Amino acid sequence: MSVERSAALHDVTEQPGAPKPDPILTVQNMRRAFGGLVAVNVEHVEFQRGCITALIGPNGAGKTTFFNLLTGFDDADTGRWNFDGSTFEAVSRRRPTPFKLARQGMVRTFQLTKSLTRLSVLENMKLGATGQRGERFLTSLVKPMWSAQERDIEARADALLERFKLDHMRAEFAGNLSGGQRKLLEMARALMADPRMVMLDEPMAGVNPALTQSLLGHVKDLRAEGRSVIFVEHDMDVVFDISDWVVVMAEGRVIAEGTPESIGRNQQVIEAYLGSHHGADLGEPEPKYHSVKEESVDE
Amino acid sequence: MNWPLIISNALFTAIGVQSVAFVLAAIGVNMHFGFTGLLNFGQAAFAAVGAYTYAVLVLEHGFPWWGALLMVFPMAIILALLLGIPTLRLRADYLAIVTIAAAEILRQVLISPKLDKSYGIGGSDGLQGFTRDLERLNPWNAKTFHLWKQPFDGHQGFVIFVGWILVVICSLFMWLLMRSPWGRVLKSIREDEDAARSLGKNVFAYKMQSLMIGGVIGALGGVILAVGGRSAAPNDYATTFTFFVWTMLILGGAGRIKAPIIGGFLFWLIVGLSDQILDQSTRKKYLPKWLVNQNNYGLLRFMLVGLGLAALVIFRPQGIFGDKREQAFDVR
Repeated sequence: MSVERSAALHDVTEQPGAPKPDPILTVQNMRRAFGGLVAVNVEHVEFQRGCITALIGPNGAGKTTFFNLLTGFDDADTGRWNFDGSTFEAVSRRRPTPFKLARQGMVRTFQLTKSLTRLSVLENMKLGATGQRGERFLTSLVKPMWSAQERDIEARADALLERFKLDHMRAEFAGNLSGGQRKLLEMARALMADPRMVMLDEPMAGVNPALTQSLLGHVKDLRAEGRSVIFVEHDMDVVFDISDWVVVMAEGRVIAEGTPESIGRNQQVIEAYLGSHHGADLGEPEPKYHSVKEESVDE
Repeated sequence: MNWPLIISNALFTAIGVQSVAFVLAAIGVNMHFGFTGLLNFGQAAFAAVGAYTYAVLVLEHGFPWWGALLMVFPMAIILALLLGIPTLRLRADYLAIVTIAAAEILRQVLISPKLDKSYGIGGSDGLQGFTRDLERLNPWNAKTFHLWKQPFDGHQGFVIFVGWILVVICSLFMWLLMRSPWGRVLKSIREDEDAARSLGKNVFAYKMQSLMIGGVIGALGGVILAVGGRSAAPNDYATTFTFFVWTMLILGGAGRIKAPIIGGFLFWLIVGLSDQILDQSTRKKYLPKWLVNQNNYGLLRFMLVGLGLAALVIFRPQGIFGDKREQAFDVR
């Protein structure tokens, strides 16, 4: 498999919390507990600009919680983080809110796609554009104040719809799209905000193999455009195919990071995923909850 | 049966003071629920604030009609802030609970005799006599109009006329807002507020604006109801007010500009028709006495309306003029 990787991470040491040459996102001491359960406890981690970083880990590792904390959809108990020059701090006035982060250039997608079903595909796209004059209450009443900008936005939306092969669905309600088309729409809509960083929460979940290929291509295109990408993914083939760097979480901590090749050989990672069941396919992480009965049969 | 009287009376109910006031309140709820997805079950509170602000300022503080009307806007906005700040960050159901409770609290407070004594709020009898300067201004004051067989006085005619003009203005205002990117953000919040958030929209601020605008329009409805009836009484703004408004909105198909108008007209037409038909048939003993009589037909009327609504929800869940396609999607 010929896989192109970013050269920027060539000299980075492969250990948790390793410094990167040009980090776009740096996280310090981020912690989130639900009652007695510490879901996320990340001491230090950096994400390189212009790279695709995969966030992997067994079920219950805290990936999605970590993701929600980074994007402001959940509040951390402690932590400081820096996104492209702006500093955020948990439980303070500088705590991030999703909409502020999005305006700073960090846009996320969701594991369960959130297409706005009773808006047309085009309206979905246009919503993604930031800094719209017509979104302010008073100017919205006077069409000449925003119609020119609206035309620009529509042109950009149409170009993106074409790129994502959704242009034929332009006028349809988003609720009429198939699951895969919704994934595409969500990614395209995120691009309307022209983000510097795209956060993808399980972008390939529930998508058929053919569409997976096209989604992979779109994610690679993001990197080609100079955007940074962090994505949570379970499918190891996908992770190996597109990521420049892999961050592995288990039990709320970052236990390893490195290039996909080295992560695949990392004994700690294999154990975190599989316990002592060696030789199983990494692409099929073991379910977290298996009943006591099954275990006793195994032994 | 006297069909001309039944029909003209029902038609008058459908366009009358009550109808137009409720249509205004429903335009407000359409803003809240139809476009933003906010469950405001306290529209009666906004209407009461409108009516009482107007009445108290005119009676107790000597405001001219336009001064009192202007003050209705900030008062409705203050109520929206009071209701919205604690609840709009929470899940949708919390707003529903808080608004329905707030409307009842407000009504009970208005009934309080103590407040009547110290601030002239009027107690359970409410306030009257705050329409005098308007009646002097009204060019048709001495006239009597007829809608076919149904007579009505010049004051009512004037309020109905002004009320429907207000409905047109508010509907135009809503249309302007909803065709704009601002309206698009509101609709996206209705569909999925997390998606709107992830795209950089300040969801809380938009919900607040929606609550304020819809509340102000609801308060105007309250003013129309009070001025048209020449009275502002606490029980005009009970929970039934809110539920009639919701019924009208769902009847017309929430989420479209014309829904409150169509729904309101139909709702009050049906109420008027059933009222008249039952009145005449009980009076002329067309219906058996054990089933219904002159004293209780008013209750039966709303039972029939309720039955019709249940049938509507079962057979046409999208409302009478709604788009069936939209119902095909799972909207939580």
